[in-house]
Amino acid sequence: MFTLLITCFFAAVLAPWVHRRVPKYAGALLALVPAAVFAWLIRQLPMVAHGHSVEQSFQWVEGLGLEFALRLDGLGLLFALLISGIGTLIIFYTQGYFKGHPQQGRFLMYTIAFMASMLGVVLANHLLVLFIFWELTSFTSYLLIGFNHEDEAARSAALQAMLVTVLGGLFLLAGMILMAQATGTWKLSEIVQRGAELQAHPHYLPILILICIGAFTKSAQFPFHFWLPNAMHAPTPASAYLHSSTMVKAGIYLLARLHPALGGTGEWGAILTTIGVATFLIGALMAIGQSVLKRLLAYSTVSALGAMVMLLGIGTSGAIQAMAAFVLAHALYKATLFMVAGGITHETGETSVDRLGGLRKAMPFSFTCAMLAGLSMGGVMPFFGFVAKEVWLHALGDYPLLLLATVAVGATYVLVGITVGWKPFAGQRPDGLHAHAVPISMRIGPLVLGLGSLFLAFFAGWIGHAIVEPAAAAIAAKDLEVHLHLWAGFNKYLLMGIGTVAIGLALYRTRPVLLKTGARLAGFARFGPDAAYRLILSSVLKFAAWQTRLLQTGTLRHYIRYAVLTTTALVAAAFIRAGGFQGLENLSPISTRIALVAVLMIAAAIFTVHSNSRLRSILSMGLVGYGMAMLFTFFGAPDLAMTQLVIETLTVILLALAFSHLPPFRHGSSMRTRGTDLAIAVGGGVVVMLLVLAALDVQTPTAVSDYYLEHSYKYAHGRNVVNVILVDFRALDTLGEITVLTIAALGASALLKLRQGKQEDKS
Amino acid sequence: MTSLILRTATRYMFPPLLVFSVYLLLRGHHYPGGGFVGGLFAGSAFTLYALAFNVESARKLLRFDPRDITAVGLAVALASGIPALFSGYAFMTGTWWKVPIRPGVVIDVGSPLIFDIGVYLVVLGVLLTLVFSLGEEE
Amino acid sequence: MEVLLAIVIGTLYTGGLYLMMRRNLIQLIIGLGLLSHGANLLIFTAGGLRQGGAPILAEGEKMFATVPADPLPQALILTAIVISFAVTAFALVLFLRTYQAVGTDDVDELKETDT
Repeated sequence: MFTLLITCFFAAVLAPWVHRRVPKYAGALLALVPAAVFAWLIRQLPMVAHGHSVEQSFQWVEGLGLEFALRLDGLGLLFALLISGIGTLIIFYTQGYFKGHPQQGRFLMYTIAFMASMLGVVLANHLLVLFIFWELTSFTSYLLIGFNHEDEAARSAALQAMLVTVLGGLFLLAGMILMAQATGTWKLSEIVQRGAELQAHPHYLPILILICIGAFTKSAQFPFHFWLPNAMHAPTPASAYLHSSTMVKAGIYLLARLHPALGGTGEWGAILTTIGVATFLIGALMAIGQSVLKRLLAYSTVSALGAMVMLLGIGTSGAIQAMAAFVLAHALYKATLFMVAGGITHETGETSVDRLGGLRKAMPFSFTCAMLAGLSMGGVMPFFGFVAKEVWLHALGDYPLLLLATVAVGATYVLVGITVGWKPFAGQRPDGLHAHAVPISMRIGPLVLGLGSLFLAFFAGWIGHAIVEPAAAAIAAKDLEVHLHLWAGFNKYLLMGIGTVAIGLALYRTRPVLLKTGARLAGFARFGPDAAYRLILSSVLKFAAWQTRLLQTGTLRHYIRYAVLTTTALVAAAFIRAGGFQGLENLSPISTRIALVAVLMIAAAIFTVHSNSRLRSILSMGLVGYGMAMLFTFFGAPDLAMTQLVIETLTVILLALAFSHLPPFRHGSSMRTRGTDLAIAVGGGVVVMLLVLAALDVQTPTAVSDYYLEHSYKYAHGRNVVNVILVDFRALDTLGEITVLTIAALGASALLKLRQGKQEDKS
Repeated sequence: MTSLILRTATRYMFPPLLVFSVYLLLRGHHYPGGGFVGGLFAGSAFTLYALAFNVESARKLLRFDPRDITAVGLAVALASGIPALFSGYAFMTGTWWKVPIRPGVVIDVGSPLIFDIGVYLVVLGVLLTLVFSLGEEE
Repeated sequence: MEVLLAIVIGTLYTGGLYLMMRRNLIQLIIGLGLLSHGANLLIFTAGGLRQGGAPILAEGEKMFATVPADPLPQALILTAIVISFAVTAFALVLFLRTYQAVGTDDVDELKETDT
C-alpha cells in the first residue's frame, strides 16, 4: 500500500515531464497508474469481503509514537475503488478536455497528487497520518479550483474553499488530539474498539463537535456548504472528480470511520441528523432555481452529501447499508453527469442549460451517457440509483417525516436528472449553437460510469455482498448481511419511488415558474453564509491594514516602545497572577563598600543618560562597567571581574574610535516624547526590579552547580571551576560562542571593507 | 592621539602584557584566568600599540591577519574535540596525556588546554579584527 | 543588599531602555551597553549572592571545605560579557555604515527602506 502511495506521488511529479514528452497521450499513459491501483484493490476484494483487512506500518518518528500506519478494510476499499476507478477515467478524460492546452501537464500533476492524497486519507490507520493527507487534499483542491489563475473569481473561490476546509481541518486536529488523549492511542483500528470508553469520557461532546466541524466543512454541510458551488470555477474534470465523487466525501468517510467510536449516542444522532437533513433540503431547494449546468449539479451534490450525513446520523444497520450503497450510486452518476456537462460546454461554449437544446443529433454519444446517469439519479428502474433508493426508503421506514423529505428531495433529483440528461439534447437547437461530438478520450469515462450505473443494478446482489457489505460492516463495527435487489417485490417503497419520479416529472413541467421563484429567492443570498464569509474575510483584511498602520510605523523607536511595553505588560501580568510579592526573607546585610559601589553605579548610569556629550556619556558607561567588575570581585567571581575590566576599557576605546566618524548628539525629542519614553523605561525597569526581588524567594536548584563543584577536580583536573565549565564540561557551548564571535567580527569587517570597495569604484 | 609618553610607555608595556596574557591562559585551569581573559589581554596589548603608533605598525607587529588568527583559533578549538572520538567517547570529552618534559618530570596536558588556546586565538583575532578595521576607517 | 542590587539593576534597565528610544544612533548603542550590564547583573543576582570564596579549589585540597560562589551563573555571564562586546562592536560598525550610506544619524529619518 505504501508502495502504491509513493508511486502515485511520484507519478504526479513526473506528470508535467510526461506531458512534455508525449503531449498527445499523456492522459492515457498516466491513467495507467490509478488503473494499476484499481487492479490491486480488486485483487484484495475477496479477502476483504471475508472480513479481513490488509495492514502495513512502519515507525516514522519513534520518539513521538508517530507511526506511518495504513490499513485497508471494507470501508476503505469502497472509497479506494471509487478514487482509483474514477481517477483512471478522469485522467484519461483530461487528455481530451485539455487537448492542446499548454498547462495540461500541471493539471495532471495536481489531479494525480490529489488522488494519491485522497487514497492516503482512506487508507490511513493513524490519526495524524490521516490528518496530513486530509490537509493535502484541501491543498490540491485549492490548486485545482484556482487552476485558471488569471481569473479573479477562480482565485477567490479557491481561497474560499481552502480557508473553509483548512479552518475545519484545525478543528478536526483539535478533536483528534482530544480523542487520542481520551483513548490513549492514535491508531484508528484501536480507537474504533474503544467506543464505550470514549463515550463515557467527559470530553466526548467536545470531541464529537470538533470532529463534526472538520467533517462538515470538508463535505460541504450546512452552514459551510457555500464553498462547493463556488468551487465550480475549477476545470470540469476536477469538479467531476474532487467536488462530486471523492474529496467532498472525505468528511463522510471520516464520520463513517469513526461511527463505531463516536456513534450511537443521542448527541451523535441529533447533530448529524439535524445538519444532514438541513443540508439535504437546502441543497435540493437551491438546485431547483439553477440553470447553469455545473451549479445545478453542485447543489444537488450538496444535497446528496446531506443525505449521507443524515443516514449516518440515524445509524441503524439499514441506514448504514443505504448510505454505503448510495455513496457508490452517487459517485457513478454524478461523475458521469459532470463529464457530460463538461463535454457539452467544451463543444458548445455554453454553460446555461436554458440556452441549450437539440444536441441529440450532434452529440448522440453524450446523450446516451447523460440519459443513463440522469435516470440513475432519478432512481428509475433498472438503474443502480434505483437499487440504492429502495434500500434508503426501506431504512427510513420508521421515520415518516424523513420519508416525506426523501420523496420531495428525490423528486428534485429527478428534476436535475432530466434537466441535465434530457433538456440539452431534446427539442429544437437554438440558433447559432454549434456543436460536434466529443473526442474519444472524453467518451470512455462517461460511458463506463454510465453503463456502470446500469450493469451494477443487474448484479446488485453480488455488489451488495462483495462491496457494500464489508463497508457497512466496518461502519457498524458488526457483521451484517446486505441484500440488494433490483426487484424487491411490489411494496409501498416501490410505490413511493414511482411517486417520486412522477412528482419530478411534474416539477420539470413547471420549471419556468420554478426558475422565476429561484431568481427571486437569490436575493436572500446576502443574508446567507457565503455573505457572512465575505464579511468576515474583508473585516480581517481591514483589521490587518488598520493595525499595520498603527503599529508598523517604520520608525525604529516605535518598535522598541511596543516591544518594551508588551514585554513589561506580559511580565507584570504573570507576576500578578503568580500571587505578586511575597515579602523578603533571607536578605544579606548591607556592607559599606557594596553600598558605595551601588550608589556610584546608579549615579554613573543616570549621568550616562543625562549627558549631552558623547565622550562623557561613554566614559560614565565605562564607570558602570567598572562598578560591575567590583561587584564581581566582592561576590567571589575574579574571572568575571578581570574580563569585565578589560572589556569595558576596550568598549570605550572602540566607541571613541568610531566617534571620529560620527556627528555629535544633535537630534532632540520633544519634552512630551521624552516624558512618554521615560515613563515606559521606568515601567520596564521597575518590573525587572520586582522580578529580581521575586527571584530571591525561589529556591534555585543547585544540583548542576554542585555536580560541577564536586567533579571539577576529580574528572577534569581543574581547580578553577568556572574555567572547567567553559572549556570542559560545556565546551561545546563555548565552541558555539566563539563561532558567534567570529561571525560578528567577520560581519563587521566585511561591512567596513564593502564601503571601501565602493569608494574605490567611484574614484 | 599619539604622544611621546604613550609611545615610550607602550614600548615597555607591550612585552610584559603579552607574556602576562599567555600566563593567564596557561594558569586558567587552576586559578583565575583562561582563554577569554588571556585573549583579551593580548588583544589589549596590540590595541594599545595601535593607539600609540598606528594601526599599520600594529598590523606589522602582529604579522598575521587577525582574521586568519580567528580562523586558526576556531580550527584549534574544533580539533581539540577530536581525540576523544578515538577513545570512543563523545566529541569534546576531556582527554589527558602525560607528557615528560625532562627525565623525572611529567606534566598533565589535556585537550581542554588546547581548547582554551583556541579560545585565546579566537578572542584575540576577533578583537583585533574589530579594532583594526575601525581604526583604519577614514 | 539584594534590594540595593535590585535597584541598581532597575536603574540600568531604565537607563538602557530610555537611551534606546532616543533619536541618535550612538545613544542607541550606549543604551544597549547599559542594558547588557543590567542583564548580566540580573543573572548574577538571581543566581544567588554568596560572599564566600571564589569557586576555585585551594592548592592541595580535593573538595571544597565551604560552599563557594555558584560557578554556573559565572560561566554564563563570562560568555555573555564577551558576546555583548562583539554585539556592541557589530552594531557600532553597522550604524557607522548606515550613517555613511544614508547621511543621517537620526533614527526618525531612517523610515524608508530604499535609502
